[in-house]
Amino acid sequence: MKISRAEVEHVAHLARLHLTEGELSIMTEQLDLILAYVEKLQELDTNGLPPTTHAISVCNAFREDRVLPSLAQDVALSCSSRHNEEMFQVPRII
Amino acid sequence: MNLYELTVAEAMSSLAAGDITSEALTRSCLDRIDKVDGEVGAFITLDREGALEQARKADIERKRERVGTLCGIPVAIKDLLCTKDMRTTCGSQMLADFIPPYDATVVEKIKGQGGVILGKVSMDEFAMGSTSESCAFGVPQNPWKKGYVAGGSSGGSAAAVSAGECLASLGSDTGGSIRQPASLCGVIGMKPTYGRVSRYGLVAFASSLDQVGPLCRDVTDCAILMNAISGHDQRDSTSVRIDVPDFTSFLKEDVRGLRIGVPREYFSAGLHPQVERVVRSGIDLLRQAGAVVVDITLPHTEYCVAAYYLIAPAEASSNLARYDGVNFGRRDMKADTLMSMYKDTRSAGFGTEVKRRILIGTYALSSGYYDAYYKKASQVRTMILRDFQAAYESCDVLVSPVTPTPAWKQGENSDNPLAVYLSDILTISANLAGIPGISVPGGFSSDGLPIGIQIQGRHFDEGSLLRVAYALEKMVGVTRVPSLA
Repeated sequence: MKISRAEVEHVAHLARLHLTEGELSIMTEQLDLILAYVEKLQELDTNGLPPTTHAISVCNAFREDRVLPSLAQDVALSCSSRHNEEMFQVPRII
Repeated sequence: MNLYELTVAEAMSSLAAGDITSEALTRSCLDRIDKVDGEVGAFITLDREGALEQARKADIERKRERVGTLCGIPVAIKDLLCTKDMRTTCGSQMLADFIPPYDATVVEKIKGQGGVILGKVSMDEFAMGSTSESCAFGVPQNPWKKGYVAGGSSGGSAAAVSAGECLASLGSDTGGSIRQPASLCGVIGMKPTYGRVSRYGLVAFASSLDQVGPLCRDVTDCAILMNAISGHDQRDSTSVRIDVPDFTSFLKEDVRGLRIGVPREYFSAGLHPQVERVVRSGIDLLRQAGAVVVDITLPHTEYCVAAYYLIAPAEASSNLARYDGVNFGRRDMKADTLMSMYKDTRSAGFGTEVKRRILIGTYALSSGYYDAYYKKASQVRTMILRDFQAAYESCDVLVSPVTPTPAWKQGENSDNPLAVYLSDILTISANLAGIPGISVPGGFSSDGLPIGIQIQGRHFDEGSLLRVAYALEKMVGVTRVPSLA
């Protein structure tokens, strides 16, 4: 087994997902298959090889520092399910 | 001939000559949608009134002196490109009611040139899939054969163009999501070089792989659309400051002396014999037209699926963290703590495939596993990139199949995600390497399903792709709109 049910449960928590018992079983089984497959990469010796994070790297994507129009506050808030016309509102944190 | 069957180029000249109006052209597409979309299922959101209004405006504008290139041309947009004041769902319950307050750069460009936006088309949820079957708002089917997949994730874009519901569409390609549905539906689909087209306003899946591109009925239209959407955008820090050529200048029926590389790993076991036949006969046609055919090896091809299915989910798990219910999209209103609001919102909003990829990605990035998975995959990505660099020393373009098989029946493999991932093997290397790729119709299978031919090239050399695709199109013959009896 590449991954256990408990590990999938932990990863789900990290990803802020609830999984039902049924989902947990199926996901554990499928993730195990996928992780066993990607194990294939270990056949390759990549020692000292630089990782590629972007195939085409752009260095210093700067623009001139001047103020451009942006979304107005009411427009930015308009997509939220709960706000008080000034801020996004969420359940109490502390 | 029905107006909806016109290519973009034909419609442009008929509109310019005053032979047709955009209103008539747009109505023809809307009538076609009314007639066939019940079966094809390409559209998630259809903006009938808005489209007719834009068309009438285009007709008035045309009477003035200068009009945009796409003035009055009806197009469809994949539902992950933000459209101001028009619902953008990404095929997900998470964004079922999301109405963006701004346009994606590519949408702004299409509108700026007078294009008529008909509406938003179907896709796999958050572009994760190869069949569009994970769309939360209706699954498109292949216009060439009932009950067969249109491909994915830009399945709605390909099906809409193929079925004559629009003249062209925009899609996005993270691992083949433009080229694969284009191949399965018998249309042209181009994934430009990473950085060629702005991703601003494209709902992010895997930011180092995603690229926006056109789906069209012929290669000329593809060049016209590429002219319309390409170019640096300061709102996308990965877009590249490089000159944009006039892509129509590459549409010459001349491939003499061009070196066509045939990557032998792309013709390995598992390739459907009819796909092989179509692609090999395309290569023969190019040889007869004067191209030089070269045998090429891309030795790390067999590792690309494994690398991709770590890198793409890792980036997705990070990108999709933004769906927390706070700023936009769905929110579970019953939760009384922040943590339960996050979890309840995300668990109800995301579908199974999206959850699966978030889990793989979160695992691959989690403490203790990063080096073995994400870093290792990124190093293998370097090897894949170098394979292409070496190949392009002895050839100018690569010609290969797009998919191992023609379209398959809907519902197949729905419980075996790995089998579906493996079917992406011929397209995902281009995303890992950032190179451009195009799918051009090459022929049909014995049961009438389209088969595409893929052409890949050097970074920013979309021109050579268009040149080869144009030559192939002339020799193979133009694909017609399916009858959809």
